[in-house]
Amino acid sequence: MAVRERLSGNEAVAYAIRQIAPDVMPAFPITPSTEIPQYVANYIANGKVDTEFIHVESEHSAMSAAVGASAAGARVVTATSSCGMALMWEELYVAASDRLPVVMALVNRALSGPININADHSDSMGARDSGWIQIYAESNQEVYDNFLQAYPIAENPAVRLPVMICQDGFITSHGVENILLVEDDKVKEFVGEYCPEHYLLKEKETMAIGPYAVSNYYMETKRAQREAMKNAKGAILEAAQRFERMTGRKYGFFEEYRMEDAEYVIVIIGSAAGTCKAAVDQIRETTGKKVGLLKIRVFRPFPEEELAAALKDKKAVAVLDRSEMFSATGGPLGAEVRAALYDVKSRAEVVNYFYGLGGRDITVEDFRQIYDRLEEIAQTHIIEDMYAYIGLREK
Amino acid sequence: MRRPAWDNRKGEEKDMKNTMEIRWHGRGGQGAKTAALLLADVAFKTGKYVQGFPEYGPERMGAPITAYNRISEEPITIHSNIYNPDYVVVVDDGLLASIDVTMGLGKEGAVIVNTQRSRKEIAQQLYARGFRGSVYTVDAREISVSALGRYYPNTPMLAAAVAVSGVMTPEEFLSKMRDSFEHKFAKKPEVIEGNMRALEMTFEALENSGERADQRSA
Repeated sequence: MAVRERLSGNEAVAYAIRQIAPDVMPAFPITPSTEIPQYVANYIANGKVDTEFIHVESEHSAMSAAVGASAAGARVVTATSSCGMALMWEELYVAASDRLPVVMALVNRALSGPININADHSDSMGARDSGWIQIYAESNQEVYDNFLQAYPIAENPAVRLPVMICQDGFITSHGVENILLVEDDKVKEFVGEYCPEHYLLKEKETMAIGPYAVSNYYMETKRAQREAMKNAKGAILEAAQRFERMTGRKYGFFEEYRMEDAEYVIVIIGSAAGTCKAAVDQIRETTGKKVGLLKIRVFRPFPEEELAAALKDKKAVAVLDRSEMFSATGGPLGAEVRAALYDVKSRAEVVNYFYGLGGRDITVEDFRQIYDRLEEIAQTHIIEDMYAYIGLREK
Repeated sequence: MRRPAWDNRKGEEKDMKNTMEIRWHGRGGQGAKTAALLLADVAFKTGKYVQGFPEYGPERMGAPITAYNRISEEPITIHSNIYNPDYVVVVDDGLLASIDVTMGLGKEGAVIVNTQRSRKEIAQQLYARGFRGSVYTVDAREISVSALGRYYPNTPMLAAAVAVSGVMTPEEFLSKMRDSFEHKFAKKPEVIEGNMRALEMTFEALENSGERADQRSA
């Protein structure tokens, strides 16, 4: 029987860390992820888990210690946000290229400046090319469920890549919601023991991790990372299937909400998808218009084929970005969805929106207006700009 | 709630589902967020689906903060702030001068203000701004000091939110709160009775004040 509880997103992640009991947790506090190492430190102090907590003096050191511990053969976790992850930048790439299955609990927050502590995907979106797998959550339940699936994906021998489990700062990290928890013994069995084949502390095996690669080797290393990222798709689905057998909760690369007959679709990442679901229900109940939602769960590896198949016969699609990349083509999700649809013959009209930067709220009414706009675009086939804004004050 | 300067949008249409929405106004350090989380906690224990979440401004003691509750028989997916609440709780009456606390609160709604001023005075101030709902006042300072010996406004205001909203019966609330306090204050059992007394005194004070829906004509 699942355990019925009410927890914040940060509490849920800390609870999952206690259940998984990774060997090592190096971490440095930063809002809004601070509570995660704080709660884990409490568990450790109270004898609830035997994870080795490393108090470091910066996030640069946190990720360096994570790389070292993982290379030594330990199962490692860390948590951070925003500028904290920015300070890890160099080591993010080291962890990925050394093929170290580190798991990071990332609580998404805007990057400075202006300094801002609220939900925004610019931290993880900036790291989308670092070689980390990225999995996003709509709710506290999802961030907990995703965290339990992280190690089976990261440590899969065909993958061996670090994983970021992302959730929206404050909105889910500090929001208390109902949640179903999995029993400790079932979590232990689901995640399993970490038994790496090669590691630095392995007796009678001499090896180097992360040596200099001259140009004669570098490119093959990158090609191997790409292969691992492709393999991650299979590992993600495999973990999701096992998770569904255990809990009954179904996960994939993305969630399709009332998409079967949908003509107008919003593509979005994170907590705002829940608000969009309420708009979809209201519109369908009051007007009968065929609106749907596609919520991206896995952004890396990007599920381009599956996404193209899901969107191919739609009339109009709005892709919503919660981070800025200052490209003339719009935001990162908008650009990738457009690219995925490029080879689809009769592709839908696509419009890209920025929303929620620095924690700006997005409401059910905002989503209703986007669906209205999609209907207009499907009729007129006129899209004036590559991108537009939701909730922006123009004057 | 004073809408932020950027927000020129019209009020959001009410969610058609059966969800109770409560907005809390307080100052950092007064426990408005804690009260919202406690209300979520106690509603969860009566079998409801709940949300309790804060909205922070600048991180400092004394800055105005807002916290929110959604409570429903059905799972809740909406993750936006609350613009058309059913109830508003004001933990510090000093906020009335600077924040439009009844923003989006309709004539069916009610605001509960912690104040030592008279209900009439508070009501006049709010009605002068066009508010048409119910006004309740609680002297949380008097209750807290008398029951606990110190001023913790959030315990009486939590009881007031339950009493006015009717989200659960007082009996149900008091029994769940006793469990919560016994858990929370396991190492300080001497404060449990005082906290329980503060909750009961709030119910009694509202009961005896005769402040009911008919006051709207005030």
